[in-house]
Amino acid sequence: MKRFLLVLVIAGVAAGASWYFRPLLPEPWTDADIEILRSLWIGNLGPVPPDPSNAVADNPLAVEFGQRLFFDGRLSANGSISCSTCHQPVRRFTDGLQKGQAIGTSGRNTPSIIGSAYSPWLFWDGRRDSQWSQAIAPLEDVNEHATDRRQVIRVVAGDPTYSETYEQLFGELPDEADEAAVNAAFSNIGKAIAAFERLLLPTPSRFDDYVAAVIAGDVAAQQNLYTDDEIVGLQLFIGKANCTQCHNGPLLTNHEFHNTGVISFPGEVPDKGRVLGVREVQSNAFNCSGPYSDDRDRNCAELEYARTGPELIGAFRTPSLRNLENTAPFMHKGQIATLSAVLRHYNEAPLAMIGHNETKPLKLRDSELRQMEAFLHTLSAPIVTVEYVASDRGEKQQRQ
Amino acid sequence: MKAKFVFVTFFCMLLQQVVAADDVWVSKRGLFTLSYASALQPIEINRIHQWVLHIESESGELVTGANIEVTGGMPAHDHGLPTRPRVTTELEDGNYRLDGMRFHMAGNWELTITIVANGKTDTVIVALHL
Repeated sequence: MKRFLLVLVIAGVAAGASWYFRPLLPEPWTDADIEILRSLWIGNLGPVPPDPSNAVADNPLAVEFGQRLFFDGRLSANGSISCSTCHQPVRRFTDGLQKGQAIGTSGRNTPSIIGSAYSPWLFWDGRRDSQWSQAIAPLEDVNEHATDRRQVIRVVAGDPTYSETYEQLFGELPDEADEAAVNAAFSNIGKAIAAFERLLLPTPSRFDDYVAAVIAGDVAAQQNLYTDDEIVGLQLFIGKANCTQCHNGPLLTNHEFHNTGVISFPGEVPDKGRVLGVREVQSNAFNCSGPYSDDRDRNCAELEYARTGPELIGAFRTPSLRNLENTAPFMHKGQIATLSAVLRHYNEAPLAMIGHNETKPLKLRDSELRQMEAFLHTLSAPIVTVEYVASDRGEKQQRQ
Repeated sequence: MKAKFVFVTFFCMLLQQVVAADDVWVSKRGLFTLSYASALQPIEINRIHQWVLHIESESGELVTGANIEVTGGMPAHDHGLPTRPRVTTELEDGNYRLDGMRFHMAGNWELTITIVANGKTDTVIVALHL
């Protein structure tokens, strides 16, 4: 009898535990949910915003020139480091390393550049405010390309195709003694690279197809596209996990800076992040209001009204969550190796080493974290390749 | 028939008042009233844009020459605005152009607008939900 009772109790506990720890099943989407889904949908992204600070932003010749420069190792101290050393197309323009490895070790993790044309701020700390001013910074970073602007100009001048293209786009190459002209030419080289980078855009993922099916009310398509776990993961993502507080809009980023308590590597001084980045961008000669911007109206609202202050200590730019596949490790110094560990980090929301962690512990179950991870994988889409063909008619074609 | 018309007209006027009143914010000490119009309609997150603030005194007179400071944030998330907006131009008729407005999250926002005019200082709290 006693043994029977014991078996019964054990069976009861086991049944209770399996019920408690069961993966949740999806709830039907409400109208409010559908509005949120629509706001995250790639169909809501809109065309790439114009960049008036870059006169050749949409020039096909500049795109072609920029693409060549992007892959050209001659733009470095040892002749073998190009932008693509760290921004590798096969890894969605990241490198799979904690910190970029070029001439030396870069200060931070290599972010993807897909969709960066939409961001008012570049780099993890937003220390540049345009793609072109970003593109030239690593060239002179001693740990990255470790070259300098005059040497870059010499490379362009020494290559007949480059110099011809440059002169067609921007006029004569400068006299090295003329500092302002050298700076202008250096910014022009950045503008050509940016013209190419503007075309690196996300493509629709399974998530976008699913949202389209939800908007259309196509239940059969929804069932074909998403598993129950992926649906629950998405419901958590837009619901109690609060992810869309920062990962919002069609690129799943608000392009803003947040301290989320990501700790430093042991022995490494905590990175101050945006609080220093904002100072740098405001004083950088290549910023939107500087002499090398092509925008005569100096329409620089983001720069002009950028905020500073203690809230930005240890804050870093929210990365897009599109195409996370192949982009590990994560965070500004690659501190977190896997996506599941990132989710555990937000589930615990540890105290920040400097500044203040804006997030609060999510207290989700392991099964819920797994469901969110399943959802995040649905944001991947075919790789955007980097072959753009400027045809005779000047049309750009993008191959996938 | 005439009575009905008068009633409908009166009702419409009342309704207009109610709708308008929703958009008028009274300062803490009651010294000023403030209304705003966003150049971005409806207000979307992650887009920088301008507002026009309209300020009247307690007695309904247009307030000119005011010094206005705008701060704000999300009380539930313990953080401020992503930008530092500023009144850049005084327009006519008690209107002021507010530049650099941007919100980076959906949810409840609170703006604290401090108005200094005619030797008086008062603060308006504007709540908005995005």
